[in-house]
Amino acid sequence: MKVLVPVKRVLDYNLKVRVKPDGSGVDLSNLKMSINPFCEIAVEEAVRMKEGGGGHAKDAAKEIVAVSIGPEQAQETLRNALAIGADRGILVKADGEVEPLAVAKILKAVIEAEKPDLVILGKQAIDDDNNATAQMLAALLGWPQATFASKIVLGAGKATVTREVDGGLQTLDVELPAIVSTDLRLNEPRYASLPNIMKAKKKPIDVKTPADFGVDTTPRLKTIKTAEPPKRAGGVKVKTTAELVGKLKEAGVI
Amino acid sequence: MAVLVVAEHDNASVKDATNKVVTAAKAMGGDVDVLVAGSNAGAAAAAAAKIEGVRKVLHADGATLAKQMAEPLEALIAPLMANYDAVLFPASTTGKNAAPRVAAKLDVMQVSGVIGVEGPDTFVRPIYAGNAIITVKDEQPKKVLVVQPTAFKAAGNGGAAVVETIAAPTGPFKSAFVSEEMAKSDRPELTAAKRIVSGGRALGSSEEFHKVLDPLADKLGAAVGASRAAVDAGYAPNDYQVGQTGKVVAPELYVAIGISGAIQHLAGMKDSKVIVAINKDEEAPIFQVADYGLVADYKAAVPELMDELTKAGL
Repeated sequence: MKVLVPVKRVLDYNLKVRVKPDGSGVDLSNLKMSINPFCEIAVEEAVRMKEGGGGHAKDAAKEIVAVSIGPEQAQETLRNALAIGADRGILVKADGEVEPLAVAKILKAVIEAEKPDLVILGKQAIDDDNNATAQMLAALLGWPQATFASKIVLGAGKATVTREVDGGLQTLDVELPAIVSTDLRLNEPRYASLPNIMKAKKKPIDVKTPADFGVDTTPRLKTIKTAEPPKRAGGVKVKTTAELVGKLKEAGVI
Repeated sequence: MAVLVVAEHDNASVKDATNKVVTAAKAMGGDVDVLVAGSNAGAAAAAAAKIEGVRKVLHADGATLAKQMAEPLEALIAPLMANYDAVLFPASTTGKNAAPRVAAKLDVMQVSGVIGVEGPDTFVRPIYAGNAIITVKDEQPKKVLVVQPTAFKAAGNGGAAVVETIAAPTGPFKSAFVSEEMAKSDRPELTAAKRIVSGGRALGSSEEFHKVLDPLADKLGAAVGASRAAVDAGYAPNDYQVGQTGKVVAPELYVAIGISGAIQHLAGMKDSKVIVAINKDEEAPIFQVADYGLVADYKAAVPELMDELTKAGL
């Protein structure tokens, strides 16, 4: 089985973004960028399908292709995926914001060329918080989808996926080829070891552009303003639980 | 302009989130219809017809819609969009799962996590875990919106719309429902609760989590939530998670116990009306958003709080 894993370069999850004073956007200059945490989980799952682990048979995946769409520096994100265990990378060089619809269209073209049996994506990127690319890709390909996966069991011509839904867990069977998006509890990604980081430098990365796939990446949605969220009024520290209950009564919430 | 709202329902009744999304739809102007897609969902369709400001209810009933999975919802909704300018889904796991499929089918980019409607084509949404709020203009011929219900007031239930039956998609589809495992709880639903008591990693174990939080939640008539750390450690089920990637809540009272207040957690609860934090680390970031902070060990503070609430007549 061949597995394709799209990965996104985003602001590191520990960092707090700053809104530019003129409201024209967020300021990412000189901030640490990392692989989106949900994408890291997707790569880890694919690697477990290759190595055996996480309930998968060894060699369930024969080849893992990581794809990233973004600036030149997204190559680092691909190297990160290669260090976790992906076999090769494809970088689709595009500057500026590329919306999930355009990403899905590029991925569709990559998938038609690569013919994977399974595509694993993160459920959302922690920068735009859209939670849309996997579903859009499934729709464009006419493939089934299993989003917010916390468990994947590969079977003959299908995958049985447990999903995290409001109220609990739901299990689906999806015919392969299929699109799966990862939730936080699917696995715990490994730290790439130094030898693997060195090895990853030798793995091939193919560089393409959206034009190679005939995809227009002009955003469909226009951001007309970026603002700081409203600040909460300064709170007070109370000394005792009695004082706390008094305050809550005053506020009318109990 | 005609706007379609996809109802959140359990076949027997419509959830409060539907009424809230109707309010968002009304803010766009034009006629608002509600789609109830389910199996034996006549009661839910009748309930949707009572929502104030709804022109008509479209009721599609069939086995393929029993679990409101993405493929049949796409097959149902995409063709309906010939009659509508916009479709609004609630930001539930069902809505988030289906909306982008419909959007891609219509070749439009969706607007996710809408918290404000400023007109027929101007919407407000958070990015970066709520640390920036953007206003976007959507001039596409069809609009697909995923709406954060907690950001809107619920429309009332005094309406009397007509219910029109439409055909359910027949398939076949490439995905099939196997089973589900739903958490049973007598407490209010997290996203609709007026009060929430939430616990973090400091509680140390699943037993302690329930021993400390359940009685307090019952006393307050509150739902129980959890931070990601508590869920990852297995103290609480996944379904309890409040935050950027879990549930977004905005109750009147949110009590955070043993929660440090990471960016990702704050993203899910900082629109609560009153936030109370009980934490022994006075430097914990949760105190920056808490209206009332108590620097104390929860082990002593929660039983004391229970006594004080009893004295206060709860």
